[in-house]
Amino acid sequence: MWYYAARRILMSIPIALGVTVVCYALVLLAPGDPIQSLLPPDASPEEIAYLRKVYGFDKPIPVQYLLWLQRALSGDLGISLQTNRPVMLEVLNALSNTFVISVGAVLLAFSLAFILGTIAAYHIGKPADRIATGVAVVGVSVPNYWLGIVLVIVFAVKLGVLPATGMGSAGSSSFSIFDWNQAKYAVLPILTMSLVPLGIIMRTTRSAVAEVLNNDFVQMLRAKGLGPLAVLRHAIWNALPQVLTVMGLQLGYLVGGSILIETIFTWPGTGFLMSKAILTRDVPVLQGAILVLSLTFVSINLMVDLLQTAVDPRIKRA
Amino acid sequence: MTDVSAFRLPLFRRKREAREVRGYWASVANRLRYDYVTLFFLAIILTIVLLSIFAPLLAPFDPTKTSMAYRMKPMGFRNFILGTDELGRDMLSRLLWGGRTSLMMGLVPVAAATVIGGLLGVIAGFRGGWVNSAIMRTMDVFYAFPSVLLAVAISGTLGGGSKNGMIALTLVFIPSICRIAESATTQVRSLDFVEAARASGASTLSIIWHHILGNVLGPVFIFASSMISVSILLGSGLSFLGLGVEPPTPDWGLMLSTLRAGIYVQPLVCALPGVAIFITSLSFNLVSDGLRQAMDVKA
Amino acid sequence: MSAFDFIGADLISQEEPQAASLDERDRGGKQQPMLIVNGLRKYFPIRSGILQRHVGDVKAVDDVSFSVLKGETLGIVGESGCGKSTLARLLMHLIPSDSGEMIFDGDPVGGMRGLSLRDLRRNMQMVFQDSYSSLNPRLPVQDSVAYGPRVHGMSRTDAMDLACDLLDKVGLRAAMFGARYPHELSGGQKQRVNIARALALNPRMIILDEAVSALDKSVEAQVLNLLGHLKREFNLTYVFISHDLNVVQYISDRVLVMYLGQVVEIGSVDAIYDTPLHPYSRALLDSRLSMDPDDRMTEPPISGDPPNPVNPPSGCRFRTRCAFAETVCAAEAPSLSQAGPDHFVACHMVRRGSGHSRLLS
Repeated sequence: MWYYAARRILMSIPIALGVTVVCYALVLLAPGDPIQSLLPPDASPEEIAYLRKVYGFDKPIPVQYLLWLQRALSGDLGISLQTNRPVMLEVLNALSNTFVISVGAVLLAFSLAFILGTIAAYHIGKPADRIATGVAVVGVSVPNYWLGIVLVIVFAVKLGVLPATGMGSAGSSSFSIFDWNQAKYAVLPILTMSLVPLGIIMRTTRSAVAEVLNNDFVQMLRAKGLGPLAVLRHAIWNALPQVLTVMGLQLGYLVGGSILIETIFTWPGTGFLMSKAILTRDVPVLQGAILVLSLTFVSINLMVDLLQTAVDPRIKRA
Repeated sequence: MTDVSAFRLPLFRRKREAREVRGYWASVANRLRYDYVTLFFLAIILTIVLLSIFAPLLAPFDPTKTSMAYRMKPMGFRNFILGTDELGRDMLSRLLWGGRTSLMMGLVPVAAATVIGGLLGVIAGFRGGWVNSAIMRTMDVFYAFPSVLLAVAISGTLGGGSKNGMIALTLVFIPSICRIAESATTQVRSLDFVEAARASGASTLSIIWHHILGNVLGPVFIFASSMISVSILLGSGLSFLGLGVEPPTPDWGLMLSTLRAGIYVQPLVCALPGVAIFITSLSFNLVSDGLRQAMDVKA
Repeated sequence: MSAFDFIGADLISQEEPQAASLDERDRGGKQQPMLIVNGLRKYFPIRSGILQRHVGDVKAVDDVSFSVLKGETLGIVGESGCGKSTLARLLMHLIPSDSGEMIFDGDPVGGMRGLSLRDLRRNMQMVFQDSYSSLNPRLPVQDSVAYGPRVHGMSRTDAMDLACDLLDKVGLRAAMFGARYPHELSGGQKQRVNIARALALNPRMIILDEAVSALDKSVEAQVLNLLGHLKREFNLTYVFISHDLNVVQYISDRVLVMYLGQVVEIGSVDAIYDTPLHPYSRALLDSRLSMDPDDRMTEPPISGDPPNPVNPPSGCRFRTRCAFAETVCAAEAPSLSQAGPDHFVACHMVRRGSGHSRLLS
């Protein structure tokens, strides 16, 4: 198991490096002189010359990349063109806000999906199953940025029980989900965000539990006279690792793909930050956010794999 | 039919009789014929496609003609069956025209990615060795990005526009399709019938054409069909963010975005583009599911 | 006259098969063995660790030499994992050998002046074990049969006609079965298609790798009979690989016993089955179940699993499971020595003066 874990960690290093190469290449892909996109339009010639030297733009591209990587690893992702604050600071602040709604959404989705999926697995082909699978299909088919708007119309405009957008007065530094006055701002984003993972986790749970129920060993448990609750316990414990893996991956997708929902709710996370950066052509922020988010995604995947290694006895033995 | 004396019967060169046994695709079609849910949503897709194709004929108004007097009117106002948008343009016309761009954003990237990714995957799977490692490790890197993030990153740096949006989406889908094609090819390549084909002296190209492709296209096709719905959602999402289709071209995602200001005035009208995206994506999802079930029979 | 015309002519005009000597494809004469294999060797490297270092070899086929006579059936027996299937694939050149040479009817295979791979594959075909994976599930079976001739330049109609004729020959009415897909056929029917496919290039030699092992007993018998008929009709030479000793005895003229990638005994079927000399052959033959209730087996004649082929025992590879092993067996690998008119054994107990205290035969 330790061997497998070490191998898995080593394997993710080249992937992480590849990710940094892609992130760097994005700036080169952008139309126009890369130096122009890294500076405000009104930059003085001295500033341009200074940056050109520091960033090594007079050197060949691989050297430029290595210089950039070196700075990025030491935490220097450049300065935001809009706020003049370090990109790293902006991105990390936003990232914690993104995690608030992503983790909330995945937990909500998991708890609902696991119950629904188990019920569906017990009634495959029956109405309960059809309703549950229907919910799952709708969950992955609905454009969640649109659903967000609909929820705003219903809960904020018509009913007026929840705030439509923003994060409230607390701001990102002192946000607490345990204080309703602040937490209520997160309700709609979490609800909207949870729909896709709800559908996907439900499908996984349904097929995993159904597969376990069909297994010979479960049939034997039944034959031995185990009650339905005890059988259910076995089924759940055997399906859980697979479902947790999918849940972990979904968390990664939510953190990385929060841009649409954060834009709708003006939730000050990484997605909203990127959305603003795109509108204002703030390339350093955009690049920094993409880099941090993709590396976060890689690490979440790595952790999910390692957790699975720890849980799955078949890998443990190998 | 197990009597070995059969071959002692007098033999003669014969005309081959007509096929009495159905081919694989015919049996898939036959299975689909009784899947009413899939057929229903297939009909919806066909309707949407036809409506989009004939949008120039069907649309009652010019989708880009603005009118300050008729802004944000409700459904059924004057001749505007579905109301008007924030610039007084006819919603029905815009929805019909928007279907064209939205369907394009859904279908073109998936088709392009299927060709490119499928080709790369078959090459990687068939050649194995360092070719496989080179292709698949590159794919792993792109796979390490969440799809939304990658799409936003590429089109965000390339700049807006539907062409860049489609390029971004194509790049998003290539890695996963390539993986499917690669694993299917690797699996088929080691089977005995490929060995038998090699044993009869066939060239690599002939083996790939006659024996590999037929067995790889199925899984790739099923997977690609399930990506259409994702592509429509992502494409509209890009437009919604201002990264895809540029105004004033009508597109469902873009319409959702520009109508956001109007949700307090005409919530129903503003929800329409979303409904259109939802129905299209749902239909593609369900048809893809039905197709998977019809094709997922050992044949 | 091309090779295909030969089949066609045969199908139309002849009921009785020709004698082996009349085969006009014969090049080396009657006395020239169909196939001579000399020192064939195949090691599969084992890689391990993160850097995929080379840590050892599976010695799947290690210095194997034998010859197959024209018109005979050579049976190859041995436990699973002894290298039988690797040997078959080496003979077909489906995997490259590490060393060793092959001479097909007097012509060396490969090299500058030797028989080309394409020509070899025209003359030598193979029937695979797994009838499920050996046919392309997306092709009607007649297309599978016609594929080989098509590759060798036959027109589509001719190839289809040939395929239908061959399907008839193997006992599947082409009009009824030709257009079917593999999943619509039973295991026995699929194996008949496989045989038809092997015949399609009009080969002189067919390698049957566990060709009947997966079939029901009754179907197995029918296919074995079919193989006998086909052999006479098409002047075939068979290499018949199987773990089923009874089947091998029934079909073979000569038998080769393999153990851990090496030949331990080779000889006529009577010599091997009546007077097996190598302790492994004896144990193998003793392990067959008897029909006589009084002749009950109380102890297995051979126990344990074969040693790891990555690190085979020194000297004789069988010594770790052999009841007669002595020090000489660990020190020196026995070579094949003659024990009868058509009987060769690789055991120290057969060779006088080997240093072993016993002497057999």
